Amino acid sequence: MTYAKRVAVGLAALAFGAQGALAQDVTVGMITTLSGGGAGLGVDVRDGFQLALRKAGNENLRLVVEDDAQRPELAVQIAERMIQSERAQILTGIIWSNLAMAVVPSTVAQGVFYISPNAGPSALAGANCHQDYFNAAWQNDMLHEAAGQHANELGYENAFIMAPNYPAGTDALTGFKRFFEGELAGELYTQVGQTDYAAEIAQIRASGADSIFIFLPGGMGISFMRQYEQSGVDLPIISAGFSFDQDVLPAMGSAALGVINTSQWSPDLDNEANVAFVEAFREEYGRIPSLYASQGFDTANLILSAMDAADISDRDAFREALKAADFDSVRGEFRFADNHHPIQTVYVREVVEKDGELTNEIIGTAFEEHQDVYGDDCSM
Amino acid sequence: MSVALFAEQLLNGVQFGLMLFLMAAGLTLVFGVMGLINLAHGSLYMIGAFVCAAAAAAFGSFWLGLIAGLAAAAAAGALIELTVIRRLYDRDHLDQVLATFALILILSEGVRMIFGPFPLYLSVPDLLRGTVDLGITRYSLYRLALIGIGIAVAIGLWLLIAKTRLGIQIRAGESDREMIAALGVNIRWLYTVVFALGAALAGMAGALVGAIQSVQVGMGEPVLILAFVVIVIGGIGSIKGAMVGALLVGVIDTMGRFLLPRIFAAFLDPAQAMGVGAALASMLIYLLMALVLILRPRGLFPAHG
Repeated sequence: MTYAKRVAVGLAALAFGAQGALAQDVTVGMITTLSGGGAGLGVDVRDGFQLALRKAGNENLRLVVEDDAQRPELAVQIAERMIQSERAQILTGIIWSNLAMAVVPSTVAQGVFYISPNAGPSALAGANCHQDYFNAAWQNDMLHEAAGQHANELGYENAFIMAPNYPAGTDALTGFKRFFEGELAGELYTQVGQTDYAAEIAQIRASGADSIFIFLPGGMGISFMRQYEQSGVDLPIISAGFSFDQDVLPAMGSAALGVINTSQWSPDLDNEANVAFVEAFREEYGRIPSLYASQGFDTANLILSAMDAADISDRDAFREALKAADFDSVRGEFRFADNHHPIQTVYVREVVEKDGELTNEIIGTAFEEHQDVYGDDCSM
Repeated sequence: MSVALFAEQLLNGVQFGLMLFLMAAGLTLVFGVMGLINLAHGSLYMIGAFVCAAAAAAFGSFWLGLIAGLAAAAAAGALIELTVIRRLYDRDHLDQVLATFALILILSEGVRMIFGPFPLYLSVPDLLRGTVDLGITRYSLYRLALIGIGIAVAIGLWLLIAKTRLGIQIRAGESDREMIAALGVNIRWLYTVVFALGAALAGMAGALVGAIQSVQVGMGEPVLILAFVVIVIGGIGSIKGAMVGALLVGVIDTMGRFLLPRIFAAFLDPAQAMGVGAALASMLIYLLMALVLILRPRGLFPAHG
């Protein structure tokens, strides 16, 4: 090799190396539920997230995905591994509040950002809020509060309310009752993962209620709706979007038609970002996206927007860039409150059949610019 | 509380119990005859439900789906027996538990790979939609049919075991395995048949219950736990015990969920009564199991041997 050639190679290597340093690589660790009964939610968050990366054509974000099987102890191990061996600077992906409570505090304590695409337990929005924890979905109570608010507008005066006996279930009934002004014909806590609701339906029948509010995510909602349809009880049902979204609607079938539910997002939401998102998602995966997919998509775009504005090694600047939330959310208007939880509009949707598929359609608005109540306890 | 509500809850309990019996019968047969603890029984229930849902969607008939689900569960059962379970009869229970637990994981992920991560649609057949007036209360026709099918299967199983040649071999196998092998009965074939029969019962329960529940991966495990409670209460290996145990668990669980919060409401404030009642109701059948184990350690109807 001549001297001139060696210099040329050296210069090229230098130039290449410098370029690599400029294009700050960020590793994002996604811990989500990809196996077991809750897999549909995690699959949607992951697919939404990956779609956003592909659409943006981003090559500087490295995504590592692992399955937590909906088990807290496994999620904690994966988080440790992602931080220690993968050198992840941002974690995301957790679906369930109990898993988030196990992972988030130790993650942010190690100087790693956590951006939630779903779970929003009240503790992390209030007294235990943290500067490096952002929630790009909602605080748990939010959609249930909207359901309570809309039940007033529908003129319901005597509601029967029901949720599984675990923290998110308690949050749900608390949220509903915070805004509902009528009487309660009954209040029931069922078992988590319960499959038979005959005993509960019999009590609803005997209660003299004029409406039912339920929070039964995943398979629990499917079981309840199938049995409710066969029971001959015919009261209107109002719920938060979790129990009536694209992950369960095909399995529920006609039993779900006409159910009123509340959500910060809907497939028919008319804004440029959302129309493009729904179309791209359908093309890529052959199904209508769920609200979980929309949250995964927004989470990815939030991270990308921050990467465009700041280098992650400058933590304060990167945090500011996240807080600014300078991206086109598929839910339309979106900004963070001081506790790093969203201030957003919550819509009222109805389950309808469109082109032979069950989906949701917006029929109204429950809240404009709604914020959770726990922010007051947060010192940020 | 009205008589109608009470009667409806009693029917709910009986219906729940009869479906548990379908699960527990297979479990207890396999344990009684082969001495095998089969944790993968819940996976066969799941296979029955998934195949029923897929076939019902493909052919547009719930009944064809039911037959397909039953056949698929029986076939899966026979296959599992021939490839895995057969090697476990002479091993101790810990090995059996480990191997069949591995089967749960393999079958769950296998079903997810084939059918996808989202729950499937399966609906009640048109013939059995709606409710019937029973005089004191209106009741879901489908649940009533489940009660009928449960009773019919129980009678059929009793006839099979008490009156047929296969039944004689099964009973003989329960009493003394080595002796009936010495008498020239093809014991390997008998084991495969018994295992497939148990699998078919589980698949049938899965398909029937799938129409009013969520057909999803992992649906078998909660039922499996209850089925184990049933056979421990009834006496492991006893079909009669499984029947009595299943009805006890079904009725006590349903009535507990219904009555306990009301009882506590008499002396606690409503929200507290609801929480305490719900928590205690979920423990009730395990308390029953503990009580039975204290008073009759071998269950209510101990199998011989």
